[in-house]
Amino acid sequence: MFGNIINWIDERIPMTRVWNMHIAQYPAPKNFNFWYFFGSLAMLVLVNQIVTGIWLTMNFVPSAEGAFASVEYIMRDVEYGWLLRYLHSTGASAFFVVVYLHMFRGMIYGSYQKPRELLWLFGMFIFLALMAEAFMGYLLPWGQMSFWGAQVIISLFGAIPVIGDDLTLWIRGDYVISGATLNRFFALHVIALPLVLVILVFLHIVALHEVGSNNPDGVEIKRKKGTVAEEDKPKFKFHEYYTNKKDIVDAIPFHPYYTVKDIVGVVGFLILFCYVVFFAPAMGGFFLEAPNFEAANPLKTPEHIFPVWYFTPFYAILRAIPDKLMGVIAMGASIVVLALLPWIDRGKVRSIRYRCGFHKLNIAQFVVTFVILGWVGATPQTDFKTILSQICTVTYFMFFVLLFFYSKNEKTKPLPERLTK
Amino acid sequence: MKKLVIGLFALLPTLSMAAGPAMPLQEANIDLTDQASLQRGAKLFMNYCLGCHQMQYQRYERTFRDIGIPTDIGQESLIFDGSKVGSHIKNAMDKDDAAKWFGAAPPDLTLISRVKSPDYIYTYLKSFYKDESRPFGVNNIVFPSVGMPHVLQELQGLPTPVVEEVEEHGKTVTKVVATETDGSGEMSVDEYDQAARDLANFMAYVGEPSRLDSESLGIKVIGFLIILFIFAFLLKKEYWRDVH
Repeated sequence: MFGNIINWIDERIPMTRVWNMHIAQYPAPKNFNFWYFFGSLAMLVLVNQIVTGIWLTMNFVPSAEGAFASVEYIMRDVEYGWLLRYLHSTGASAFFVVVYLHMFRGMIYGSYQKPRELLWLFGMFIFLALMAEAFMGYLLPWGQMSFWGAQVIISLFGAIPVIGDDLTLWIRGDYVISGATLNRFFALHVIALPLVLVILVFLHIVALHEVGSNNPDGVEIKRKKGTVAEEDKPKFKFHEYYTNKKDIVDAIPFHPYYTVKDIVGVVGFLILFCYVVFFAPAMGGFFLEAPNFEAANPLKTPEHIFPVWYFTPFYAILRAIPDKLMGVIAMGASIVVLALLPWIDRGKVRSIRYRCGFHKLNIAQFVVTFVILGWVGATPQTDFKTILSQICTVTYFMFFVLLFFYSKNEKTKPLPERLTK
Repeated sequence: MKKLVIGLFALLPTLSMAAGPAMPLQEANIDLTDQASLQRGAKLFMNYCLGCHQMQYQRYERTFRDIGIPTDIGQESLIFDGSKVGSHIKNAMDKDDAAKWFGAAPPDLTLISRVKSPDYIYTYLKSFYKDESRPFGVNNIVFPSVGMPHVLQELQGLPTPVVEEVEEHGKTVTKVVATETDGSGEMSVDEYDQAARDLANFMAYVGEPSRLDSESLGIKVIGFLIILFIFAFLLKKEYWRDVH
């Protein structure tokens, strides 16, 4: 009976084939470690954002007069409205936590290198769309930080010569941030950008499955046809789409091995996530900033204006440069340069495990730089911090410049023939 | 690699040490489970604050229910303007008039505990002092030149300022650092501290009425997840025996 139904469907849409090709018989390297949880976690958070977002939309009023009050209505009068709202606001920060860790994984194991350049680019577009999505979403509660944060960020476009002023006017739909801005940001936040995100995530996964996953050793598991002895081939059945073209070593089917492993990651993540949602949703002012509990007031500038923590590294680069236009260019460049990583890194070895000691130092300094920039961008400016942010802006770009040069003739450790444990 | 990651995390606490608040705040030590305190806070709020400050996003009925006041008693003894029990906690003060009288319209207090903090409210209420140069004859240490009169004066009395010479940016300035009661109020110092604490407690509740629900649900959710984690881990181990 059940088999008949499956057959009926399979004759009309390739359900079993897709399931096998992409899940049950998809070859994944057997040595994924902790860092490989964050891709599936990013998908989990995306689903959380979409589902809680739908329910929030049911009670949110996208107008300058009604937005702030409707958020408090959700917090007080809607059944479990507070839970929906905290899941959504914590989810926004969690999204960036997992995406940053996911990107860092790609950096340390060289997952952007050939043939995964396009996969990395799709990832960068996801990151861009996510930043736009988060920025527009942050305006919606219509608090003081929503309003003034948007004011600062949109005014950045005014630094562009000639068209700058008209451009900011076009983005805002008004001479100041107003209900018109809120309306369009709402439309983009709930329809346009989520659609873009979902499509990009789909393309990201399609590209991933075409080239196959990298792994902590950075050694390819797909070998030239006929080069692998029969006894070295894994005992598992993989889809012929993969085995027809290549011989595969050290792989396991994604399902059930990585599905059960990802469940462990998901539950572990949810423990931390739910702790924040239920016990510290403001996260000490990092996830929900205190001034944002005051309704937007165009006549009253907050003492300090900061973007939310996930933008602060880039914001610090912007503020490090005294000239506004140059600051905007530097901030843009700091993201573009990440997208160009596959071409900046000319190394032949992917994983940090087998690369030179200098590469390890360079990555370490990049992490320290990123954290310091994040801190500087999230706290009031002082002379010391301005200098610190300028130094870190230099070391941020230095990472890429150095990488470009030393990767060409890098002294690497010998790669193992097969994956290590 | 692992050492590197651990080293970086060890750095974090030193980096996150941000500057403290400009004015040291006293700890309110509020307790959201202390319903008697919340009820006293509500009574103080309705009697002394609501004339000028609204809690426009919070409803009477919800408040009464959460802090353990029967609806009919609340309706009778805590709603003074004849509002229905399901209404928001509002007053009839005209915003433009208020701005004329006080220099700025008194802010809504629904979320004041989240914009500032319960400690701030507690310290603020205890920091009024006599200052003839101000329109209402009082000033405040944590909110200098505040436009608000000392509404709780009949309870606390009119405190006199304690002045000290303080070193600031290399210059010596005289600064009000504390207040001293003049004993003319209805309450003792301890009683007034408790009243300020009750008000801070009540405002902390109104700032986030879901806090206690959230924590009791949170314990159940996380307890469930921890048990699920054990089973998920065992399931993974069982499957992965074929791999290793």
